[in-house]
Amino acid sequence: MNELASAVPWLGRRNPQAARWLIVIVAIAAPLVAVLFGRTWVRVLDFALLYVMLALGLNLVVGFAGLLDLGYIAFYAVGAYTAAFLASPHFGVHLPFWIVLPVAAGCAALAGIMLGFPVLRLRGDYLAIVTLGFGEIVRIFLNNLNYPVNITNGPQGINTLDPLVLFGWDLSRNLEITENLSINSLFLYYYFFLACVAGSIVFIQRLQVSRVGRAWAAMRDDELAAKAIGINTRNLKLLAFSLGATFGGVAGGLFGAFQGFVSPESFSLMESIAVLTMVVFGGMGNVAGAIVGALILSALPEILRHLAVPLQQTLFGTVLLDPEVLRMLLLSLAMILMMLLKPAGLIPAHARYSHVEHLKRHGVSR
Amino acid sequence: MEIFLQQLVNGLVVGSVYALVALGYTMVYGILGLINFAHGDLVMVGAMVALQTMLFLMGAAPGMSPLTMLTLSLAVAIPVCMMLGYTMERLAYRRLRNAPRLAPLITAIGMSFLLQTIAMILWGRNYHTFPQLVSTAPLQPVAGVFVTPIQVTIVVGSALIMAALIVLVTKTRLGRAMRATAENHRVAALMGVDTNLIIALTFVIGAALAAVAGVMYASNYGIAHYGMGFMPGLKAFTAAVLGGIGNLGGAMLGGIVLGLVESFGAGYIEHMTFGLLNSSYQDIFAFIILGLVLIFRPTGLLGERVSDRA
Repeated sequence: MNELASAVPWLGRRNPQAARWLIVIVAIAAPLVAVLFGRTWVRVLDFALLYVMLALGLNLVVGFAGLLDLGYIAFYAVGAYTAAFLASPHFGVHLPFWIVLPVAAGCAALAGIMLGFPVLRLRGDYLAIVTLGFGEIVRIFLNNLNYPVNITNGPQGINTLDPLVLFGWDLSRNLEITENLSINSLFLYYYFFLACVAGSIVFIQRLQVSRVGRAWAAMRDDELAAKAIGINTRNLKLLAFSLGATFGGVAGGLFGAFQGFVSPESFSLMESIAVLTMVVFGGMGNVAGAIVGALILSALPEILRHLAVPLQQTLFGTVLLDPEVLRMLLLSLAMILMMLLKPAGLIPAHARYSHVEHLKRHGVSR
Repeated sequence: MEIFLQQLVNGLVVGSVYALVALGYTMVYGILGLINFAHGDLVMVGAMVALQTMLFLMGAAPGMSPLTMLTLSLAVAIPVCMMLGYTMERLAYRRLRNAPRLAPLITAIGMSFLLQTIAMILWGRNYHTFPQLVSTAPLQPVAGVFVTPIQVTIVVGSALIMAALIVLVTKTRLGRAMRATAENHRVAALMGVDTNLIIALTFVIGAALAAVAGVMYASNYGIAHYGMGFMPGLKAFTAAVLGGIGNLGGAMLGGIVLGLVESFGAGYIEHMTFGLLNSSYQDIFAFIILGLVLIFRPTGLLGERVSDRA
């Protein structure tokens, strides 16, 4: 958990214990503060957590294993559409959430392997373009598979997905505690997503220092040398793709249930690039970096949306840059400037050596 | 048979545009090993600047002949793109020449989206009608095939440009310097080649080709749009890989082949899949070809070098 503490500037290095508690408190209190500014901000936080999950998954592929994947959003799409097929009036199937989510994750993992197999031999930039193509192919199919048999309902997407129901407890309804005290559904989703993210963080951090994580780092730093010391790079690449995809699929399933509808336009290339920017901005190969990057780059456009539009109204009388343009501008500049000025990201990964430190402390373990 | 010939003509036209764009990708890749993701968006910038010039000229000098107008708008669009290409290289890519593996590529993706966003701010999200200065009315059909003057102009124009480029690269001093730099930067520098200048010039030449391609593409379809460069860019990259990246002849061949495949694919996909898929799937051919080539023949059709970088 040390890496996570490094997300807190200043305090993180001096007192990691305190930094960790601070993170926990902030994470729990965040929606309570956000609601003071209005319900939409809680919603923004909910989406921010989904982006954190996506960034964690992509970080696993790009940061840990060094495979640049530009079609990552395809797995998010697979997860969301699986949820839509299995729990909506579209096919009239309404499976419980505990079946839908694992199936969504499984389908995404399968898609990850399907993508992984053909691209095993490709490296770096070629890999990036082929994965981009994969993402676009998935989107084109989602857009057009309403003919001759209506599977995806085309550009309109699928509506009224079943909400999340845990043990008969519907997260989309406000939780009534007493007559005049109730917890808004957005909060329920927030804490559920937070639990999922916390689980993912623990899993990924354990993974990073495990045998697999160390082998990934070796493969990322020098594939030939990794092969030479007996690392099975083929299986490791497939594992990276499928595990990364699983996170995408889970996030997609949650997204579908939370948003209540899915359509191909949520899964455009821009979204893949957005998630990649989050990882790059925060610091590739670094759990804390991915989280901070995702939080900043998903919340900042929303803040800009609420600040910049009225500001432009008062300054120029009209809205010159609409929020969507601002978001694109922000993301593209973040990508370019970060690479030029601080290529290691906001929180540089000492991941390259962190497993060495871990080994020094705990000895070699299988 | 008529459908076949008609698709052949359409494929040739689109293919020559892809070939022009692919040359830019392949030259930069040959020299730097960088996929200049933003190259496709230079196509868009070329078309948009030309459109703006045409609109201005139509307002300022209504009686101007279409040919003069086209020449003038190209005379504005080409230098603008060249400057943009130079700026990108100078400000971003040059600093990243020795950066770790993925940095230049990520920067290039950022550049691509930055160009699109700026274009969106300047020209809005709408599709603009692009003035078709060369007629799109079909000529006398030959063997049942309709050919329009704009199609002839595109094919002939790009053939001439490609011939000029080949002469430039194989016969001139500059071309020799470019080939030397592509072969080995350091040794070329030791031989007295100003490699920084040569690399910048490569970007500039590629950008000029992209500008011309942009005007051709927009004239052919009659529309221009801030995101119009992205797909042709990707397809041109595919064409460059298909022909063998780093190889000029390969880029041309790849462009034409890809144009033909796409055109025939769109024409026949419905028959081939018994109506399961239709021509709205046209865009997936490029990606499938890209995947297949990279997996089975990564050196491309005329392959020169295998990507081992990054």
